Amino acid sequence: MNRFLTIFNRELGSYFISPIAYIVMAVFMIVTGMIFYSNVVFYAQASAMSLQNPSFGQLILAEDFIRPLFDNICVILLFMSPALTMRLFSEEKRSGTIELLLSYPVRDTEIILGKFLACLTFLVIMTALTSCYPIFLYFTGNPEIGPFLTAYLGFFLMGAVFLSIGVFTSSMTDNQIIAALFAFGINLVLWIIGWTGGGSDGGMLSGVFKYVSIIEHYDPLVKGVLNSQDIIYFISMSGLFLFLSHRVLIARKLRG
Amino acid sequence: MIEVRNVSKQFGVTRALNDVSFTVRPGEVLGFLGPNGAGKTTAMRIITGILTATQGSVRIGDFDVDEQPLKARAMIGYLPESVPLYRDMHVEDYLGFIARLKGVPKAKREAHLTETLARCGLTSVRNRLIGKLSKGYRQRVGIAQALTANPPVLVLDEPTEGLDPKQIIEIRNLIRELGGERTIILSTHILPEVSMICERVIIINRGSVVAVDTPANLNRSLQKQSVIRIVAGAPRDDFLSLCRSIPGVRTCEPGDTQGTAAGNRITVRIESSTDMDLRPQIASRIVQKGWELFELSSETMTLEDIFIQLVTREPEGAVE
Ligand SMILES: Nc1ncnc2c1ncn2[C@@H]1O[C@H](COP(=O)(O)OP(=O)(O)OP(=O)(O)O)[C@@H](O)[C@H]1O
Ligand SMILES: [Mg+2]
Repeated sequence: MNRFLTIFNRELGSYFISPIAYIVMAVFMIVTGMIFYSNVVFYAQASAMSLQNPSFGQLILAEDFIRPLFDNICVILLFMSPALTMRLFSEEKRSGTIELLLSYPVRDTEIILGKFLACLTFLVIMTALTSCYPIFLYFTGNPEIGPFLTAYLGFFLMGAVFLSIGVFTSSMTDNQIIAALFAFGINLVLWIIGWTGGGSDGGMLSGVFKYVSIIEHYDPLVKGVLNSQDIIYFISMSGLFLFLSHRVLIARKLRG
Repeated sequence: MIEVRNVSKQFGVTRALNDVSFTVRPGEVLGFLGPNGAGKTTAMRIITGILTATQGSVRIGDFDVDEQPLKARAMIGYLPESVPLYRDMHVEDYLGFIARLKGVPKAKREAHLTETLARCGLTSVRNRLIGKLSKGYRQRVGIAQALTANPPVLVLDEPTEGLDPKQIIEIRNLIRELGGERTIILSTHILPEVSMICERVIIINRGSVVAVDTPANLNRSLQKQSVIRIVAGAPRDDFLSLCRSIPGVRTCEPGDTQGTAAGNRITVRIESSTDMDLRPQIASRIVQKGWELFELSSETMTLEDIFIQLVTREPEGAVE
């Protein structure tokens, strides 16, 4: 536990001394701010219209505001998460420090979890900063809190999966760019795989694709629906990629 | 303290280590000697548990490196060849981080850090960024992290590589100082270094151990053959058969033959046992034949010669 915390602290600390993290954070804040603003404007216009013209029907906060908002924010996560993880193992492999790290009396799992949870914590810190936007809503309006919480949970869980993918690709190469591109590729596959089978035949394969698709499991959460199956999906996906990272470390010892 | 038993390591098609076995006694300083690519680093990485051997086992103290990796690793301080360090950390923070990773209790950490810094001559740079230090100081930080938590075993891969002569001496003194209390394996390309700090030497070549002995014994065992160099003016074949006919001559290698106005000038290298000096006998025979004698000298073998001899020969014939 102690050793895990030591690794965790160092990794988290090193985010705050690297420029990449600040760039990612700044871009994230600016872009989410812009997305938030445009969604608020759109929602305000739509609700004004629906007041004037009842035939538009009632607007639902989760459907019409939170969902488009978080869908957009998650696209940023798709692009950004590889930038947070690419360094984790690749840099240690390139500089050789992994050699020393592995020579200490530390478990491989402690190393992997320490690094993974450090970047997940960084993501949480970053996300916490964006919470100023919904908090701002509370001072101006009186929205429901539930859908925001599930949407944030969905964002966090999706982040966990993307970051674990990044940890995995970073463990495989000493080239940060390759690690990032590879992670981005896997993220993208998980993202769009649900589109492929979309309703065409409803056969076995499209069922599998749907299950693997990250959007399939994310969508209910941003709609405000909390499903244990979806939670299990996110946790097992993260677990799978962390497990694969562990295999990569072991394989490295065997192969050299 | 360290027991390496029948260890082999295969990297794809390359066999980096081939059935290597040796032991290191507690408190001993053992030198690893071998040409580039001999497998020294590979052996050290297997001992430290960074690599898994294809075959064979390694024990550190009471622990098998594969079966109880954490306990085995807790006994080792390792300095890798390239001295990889986190360049974006400050010396003090880095060593504090290592102390926590190696499980130095919180209460002792500060005192331990101060002691390690002093021991490695790092006190004056404790607040500097590692990436901004000179190579020699980075080497010291590397040694300091190996010493952190006082492991009983040190594995140092080319610890004096790339240092200036003054620093080399300092690091050697440090290693010698550490030697009494700790078991140390170090690799080097510098042969005199081995005789200076190591009690025993292992020479490995192409993945196999070709000799294990004290530097003095290695010198002596190979001194059993004394080497004589002769340059004479004589017909080549007659001269060679004469040399071979002298009792006590083990091998007789012809060197280059030069034609001069006065005839042939031939160089021959003779190896014999040390208990007799063949020089007077050779001289008188050459004179009897009426040949000319230009040079007759005895060569003593340095550790360098032994090393070259051991690694350039086929491993089988290398040690008697
Ligand atoms: N990770 C690896 N993958 C493949 N081959 C390797 C690997 N590491 C070492 N080798 C090979 O194993 C052999 C032994 O290498 P090693 O680094 O142990 O030599 P060395 O004795 O330390 O040499 P040097 O004196 O140059 O440091 C070499 O032929 C090398 O190419
Ligand atoms: Mg080496």
